[in-house]
Amino acid sequence: MDYHNKLSTQIRDLPRSGIRDFFELVIGRSDVISLGVGEPDKSTPWPIREAVIRSLEKGQTSYTSNLGLEPLRVLISEYVEKLFHVTYDPKTEILVTVGVSEALDIAFRAVLNPGDEVIYHEPCYVSYNPSIKMAYGVPVAVETREENNFALMAADVEKAITPKTKIIALNFPTNPTGGIMPPEELEKIAALAVKHDLFVFTDEIYCELLYDGRTHKSIVEYPGMRERTVLLHGFSKAFAMTGWRLGYACAPAPLREAMMKVHQYCMLCAPIMSQIAGIEALKMGPSAYEEMRQSYEQRRNIIVARLNGMGLHCFNPGGAFYVFPEIRSTGLTSKEFALGLLEKKSVAVVPGSAFGAAGEGFVRCCYATAPELIVKAMDLMEEFVNEVRK
Amino acid sequence: MDPLIQLLAINSNRSTAELAGILSLTEDEARRRIAVAEADGTILGYNAVVDRAKAGQSGVTALVEVKITPEREGGFDRLARRIAKFDQVRECFLMSGGYDLAILVEGKDLLDVANFIAVKLSTIGGVLSTATHFQLKAYKQAGFLVNSAADEERLPVSP
Repeated sequence: MDYHNKLSTQIRDLPRSGIRDFFELVIGRSDVISLGVGEPDKSTPWPIREAVIRSLEKGQTSYTSNLGLEPLRVLISEYVEKLFHVTYDPKTEILVTVGVSEALDIAFRAVLNPGDEVIYHEPCYVSYNPSIKMAYGVPVAVETREENNFALMAADVEKAITPKTKIIALNFPTNPTGGIMPPEELEKIAALAVKHDLFVFTDEIYCELLYDGRTHKSIVEYPGMRERTVLLHGFSKAFAMTGWRLGYACAPAPLREAMMKVHQYCMLCAPIMSQIAGIEALKMGPSAYEEMRQSYEQRRNIIVARLNGMGLHCFNPGGAFYVFPEIRSTGLTSKEFALGLLEKKSVAVVPGSAFGAAGEGFVRCCYATAPELIVKAMDLMEEFVNEVRK
Repeated sequence: MDPLIQLLAINSNRSTAELAGILSLTEDEARRRIAVAEADGTILGYNAVVDRAKAGQSGVTALVEVKITPEREGGFDRLARRIAKFDQVRECFLMSGGYDLAILVEGKDLLDVANFIAVKLSTIGGVLSTATHFQLKAYKQAGFLVNSAADEERLPVSP
């Protein structure tokens, strides 16, 4: 059968994820120190796991409401209010999803008509561009630059706005750079969204993981933003719950309802076990992640000092658990650097180009890894850099 | 708590250079602060947490509940300190509840521990009674799970 011509052109023409290419090179090798992961190095806190074991013993294995368990939505509402100072009605404005990935997908599908443009920032998490295309939208990448600590500049956003622009998609702190948004730029972007009557989708998945005493501010907090914002958040990063695939979307009722239509037909509901884990996680609140957050901050200090010490310029990221050192001084492309480092020193990092063209010249290193492994990986990377420069 | 002390309390096996790197201090500053904490008794000492069964160490450990008579001057302190000084006593705490001191006693065998309690501990003036519970198996020591399987491996590369 001629599969190539029978597949949806929309899907066939999507490029493979650069991460997946790299994953296939690394998988099966047991000798590798990996700084290539995108998740915490700890398992989910025990009280959360224990609550799910107990629920399974009680036989809680059924479907839930399409919207998600009501107690979970109530806790989400309270948690979101504490974090972002914005109130959402658990009955009409919150939807529990299978990770932020699903929430993002159904939000795009709920809002986009073919040809509508979505402004997003690059380098970014690998799903943004394809998710927009899969919803028949047109992705418009705006580059974030190291000179601005990978923050998104409102002036750059303004230049990208056209009559077809419908959404600005944000994700700060950002994967893969660790960049955060200065409030003054966020305020200007909010003003642009209001002026041009745009939606803003803000993926807040790393918002708890901020360092140097910073507090988070979301774009939804600015005047005129609540009505046009879809706030996306989940449990994966702060609560170390990546495998549970649990997220949520908060949005004004008509938007939530449109997303709900897609969700009820394609997903039905998030797994009940994960929702029960989410309830326990939110009952624990910051006590579940504060120690992890502190240890990430300490590891960030180690890795940033070591990278700069070996002559790879690396800005000090304010959040998430990634550093994004520039590797141009080695004369290698980001892919050559990552492949060389893997082959010669058995250390895995992800080429910056996997996160969009703007990531070329950089590699992503995840520091959610044991400090002694970070030190060892940095020793090996320093050897590699010195050998390349000879 | 000083974050440096906090880090050492979690893992005292870190080099000064590593500690300095984590906290963005100079090595000299880290070394100075550790020396101060050691000198003023904030840091009492350093131990490896050892799974004794795996290390092949025979011997027994007992938790002994001790009732003592408080004294007019100093309450329980003088007697508690006197008991704590025995090498066989690994831990010694004043407790609320039905007894006064909880002490962890180590000996090479049952007889050794029994002798210590009968001959040394019970005969101290002011010790009213003891109740001895022998430890059968360790599941968690000093915050570390004993003999637990490692957490599941993460994928080496993920988005």
